Amino acid sequence: MNTRNPFIAMLFRDLRIAFRQRAEIMLPVIFFVVVVSLFPLAISPDPTVLKSIGPGVIWIAALLSILLSLQSLFRSDFSDGSMEQILLSPFPGSLLMLARIVAQWCVTGLPLIIISPLLGLLLHLDAHVIWVLFISLLLGVPYLNMVGAIGVALTIGLRQAGALLSLLVLPLYVPVLIFGSNAVISASNDLPYNGQLLWLAALLVIATTLSPFVISFALRVSCSYR
Amino acid sequence: MSVKDKVWLWFHRMASPAYFYKLAGQLLPWCIVATIILMLVGLVGGLVFAPADYQQGDGFRIIYVHVPAAWMSMFVYMVMAVNSAIFLIWHIKLSDIVARSSAIIGASFTFLALVTGSIWGKPMWGTWWVWDARLTSELLLLFLYLGYIGLRSAIDDRRVAGKAGSILALVGAINIPIIHYSVVWWNTLHQAPSVSKFDNPSIEINMLVPLLCMAIAFKLFYLCILLINSRSELLEQEKRSNWVKELVTSS
Repeated sequence: MNTRNPFIAMLFRDLRIAFRQRAEIMLPVIFFVVVVSLFPLAISPDPTVLKSIGPGVIWIAALLSILLSLQSLFRSDFSDGSMEQILLSPFPGSLLMLARIVAQWCVTGLPLIIISPLLGLLLHLDAHVIWVLFISLLLGVPYLNMVGAIGVALTIGLRQAGALLSLLVLPLYVPVLIFGSNAVISASNDLPYNGQLLWLAALLVIATTLSPFVISFALRVSCSYR
Repeated sequence: MSVKDKVWLWFHRMASPAYFYKLAGQLLPWCIVATIILMLVGLVGGLVFAPADYQQGDGFRIIYVHVPAAWMSMFVYMVMAVNSAIFLIWHIKLSDIVARSSAIIGASFTFLALVTGSIWGKPMWGTWWVWDARLTSELLLLFLYLGYIGLRSAIDDRRVAGKAGSILALVGAINIPIIHYSVVWWNTLHQAPSVSKFDNPSIEINMLVPLLCMAIAFKLFYLCILLINSRSELLEQEKRSNWVKELVTSS
């Protein structure tokens, strides 16, 4: 392992830990699939209805699945004390936290994005619409991981952290939800969707540049608590 | 002494709890009197003297509560975010107290704006709720306030609660414009803003003057509540310091 590059070292460490608990990796993806397949049962199996609600359903299910997987993001490191060691290490905490989020995204976000075309088929979306859905999730889901991680860093170690986390994070997810599902809806109505995708890309750039600093600062605050 | 030094001196003096407590106590009666006068002027002007709207009749008069409350909901969040930044940068405890006291007041203003907007919407749009851009972003602002209050009350330690809350307030402040414009872009059905065009306002002057009175009265009302809250919070936080002991024994 290349220990000279702390980012790579952290990334591989987290990925290795994640892949040793394979069942846990699959849970958010299974949750995603189950939630999406409940909507036709609850609303209507009619293809025209599914076509119109499909983009929103897939986006909301993705959002909830990421929110669910976020809860364990820093938990084991926080409870066994390695978080303090990571923050005390000579390497910048923001860089290490970015590695952690990238690892988390590989494990939970990426499988979800890969499986989304299949769900698009289940909801009768057209091929080019599924392509737009794929791109929009590819641009939007990392944003969900990063902004969600800020909420996790602030609530870690609190009682009732789960409910509080959703209250903190979901309003911040609104722009991505709007632009993401709207890009897909525009595509299914044969309208231009580049603008929405560019917005998603811009939000992703902002989140990538700012959130690692906020997360490492918030973790320092949370660790000083106990 | 240069101007910069004077500003710093003022800044540090304001940050001293004892000085602020005294100053707030002196300011408070004036604020209360000014609030009552302006609110009376605004309400009488708005409810009695302003002409009825040619389209909305007397129903439009709820504007005198709705619009100032909506303005305050944004303004208070801004105060909160600025004070959070000051607390994180200079560790001035007073700023944290201001931010914490502001949150509940801001949430109340947001709630008031939502309720009055909904009451106004019933006769004007025919429904209690419309998923229009400004109502929706106001609702999301309420969620942001509730998240801030929830986070602060979940953390027992005061200093940690202050820091965590400040981080959240700043993240929210960065996100508010993004949320607002994404929601505006998503849908707009609300009537176009009619007051902000200062050079040529499309509202009659004797409707506008009471509205501005009410806006200032709401700001002063916020200041009154803020001063009362901060004073009591200060006493609790500084209960072991000498000036509080002197204050308690002398009274």
